[in-house]
Amino acid sequence: MAKQPNITASATEEQVLYANLLNKGMGVGLVLLFVTFGLYVFGILEPVIPLDEIASYWRQNAHDYLVQMNKDYLHWDHLPLGWAWAMLLTKGDFLNFLPIAILSGVTIMCYGAIVPGLFRRGDKAYAIMAIAEVVILSAAASGFLAVGH
Amino acid sequence: MFKQLSGKIGGVSAFLFCLLIANPILVLASEHAAATAAAPAMPADDRAWWMWPIILLVVTFVMGILAVLGGVGGGVLFVPIISGFFPFHLDFVRGAGLLVALSGALAAGPGLLKANLASLRLAIPVALIASTMAIVGAMVGLALPTNIVQISLGAVILGICALMLTAKKSTIPDVKKADNLSSALRIVGVYTDQGETINWKIHRTIPGLFTFIIIGFMAGMFGLGAGWANVPVLNLMMGAPLKISVATSKFLLSITDTSAAWIYLNKGCVIPMMVVPSLIGIMLGSFVGVRLLKIAKPTFIRWMVIGILAFAGVKALTKGLGISLF
Repeated sequence: MAKQPNITASATEEQVLYANLLNKGMGVGLVLLFVTFGLYVFGILEPVIPLDEIASYWRQNAHDYLVQMNKDYLHWDHLPLGWAWAMLLTKGDFLNFLPIAILSGVTIMCYGAIVPGLFRRGDKAYAIMAIAEVVILSAAASGFLAVGH
Repeated sequence: MFKQLSGKIGGVSAFLFCLLIANPILVLASEHAAATAAAPAMPADDRAWWMWPIILLVVTFVMGILAVLGGVGGGVLFVPIISGFFPFHLDFVRGAGLLVALSGALAAGPGLLKANLASLRLAIPVALIASTMAIVGAMVGLALPTNIVQISLGAVILGICALMLTAKKSTIPDVKKADNLSSALRIVGVYTDQGETINWKIHRTIPGLFTFIIIGFMAGMFGLGAGWANVPVLNLMMGAPLKISVATSKFLLSITDTSAAWIYLNKGCVIPMMVVPSLIGIMLGSFVGVRLLKIAKPTFIRWMVIGILAFAGVKALTKGLGISLF
């Protein structure tokens, strides 16, 4: 059974820690998103797909979109799946994936941060659930589930 | 009166931001060129490229306002409306929808956690199940033919309309005794509401957790936010007070949608030109909506939102079935 936490109207230590990290991560992600999007739409960083061509690509499904983009512009041996966007950070459109990844990843960081405190308080059930969540979210983030390699 | 309204809705900040996004018009309008030599196989869109992000920004801004006033999440409006009436493929709309819902949850989460309205103890076990199933839902949704997903989406949206019409809410449910699982996990809490201290506990934990299997799956498959389902389950089934249910649901989205968003991201279903204006529009709209809440009539707005969703649901169904009604 979980060690009895003090139940008060105030947020627990874990909640405050989680909230503070979530706030910081979200702030960094959003500010960066505005910056990278500005670099993209103002043409400061050249995108993979030219701005006036992008509308021709988004009518098809994701697979055909990647095939077409690769055929027209990238000319890679493989499709840009998984974390392949990390190799295209010098391109205006793909640079936006960085803050998107930060916003998507901040939750993993928050869960990881609360684990030590949960163990310290003997709250083993919640510590194990938090670790399980980190594993699940990391598996999703890794690209292995989506891409298979 | 107009000045007062502008002041209240923060019109200046919204207008300035629209100008920021519209700036490319001035820079690039004179440089609009014909299609390049390496023309893609898909037919070129004749409209200037900047039209779509501006249209998205405006539409999602209005959506953000309606979502707050109508008491629904931005995600549940985004996917059916954008997929029904815009030329974007459903894969990208779902990817964008998840990121839009995620961003809203990330923005609201810290405040709700610190105010002890979102309960981490309630959220952690629920999120474990919902986020796992969201991954499965995303993978299944991306593997199925688009028309099947479109038809299913239409049916789900119409089901959500029915739920919104019929579901009751219980401000403080009568939970006589916490069940064994919630007692073992100490899923209890205290919050203050208008000076009154309210102790809460939950029951029917196992049936509730099983329901989140379905909720998580649907959230991942359709790119919807799942708040429409989280709240009734937490409130009516498990007995959490309404404020705790709404706040915890909002926080839960940041976990459930994270897991599904990664699948869509890794599968290439994210186009920044769609995601960023949508995200900005929804967040600005939510900001304005909160301020309008004091003067708007939420009941009328809620009926309007249900009407819009029903229309979008029928549109999704007919689109999936290949019928052209409107």
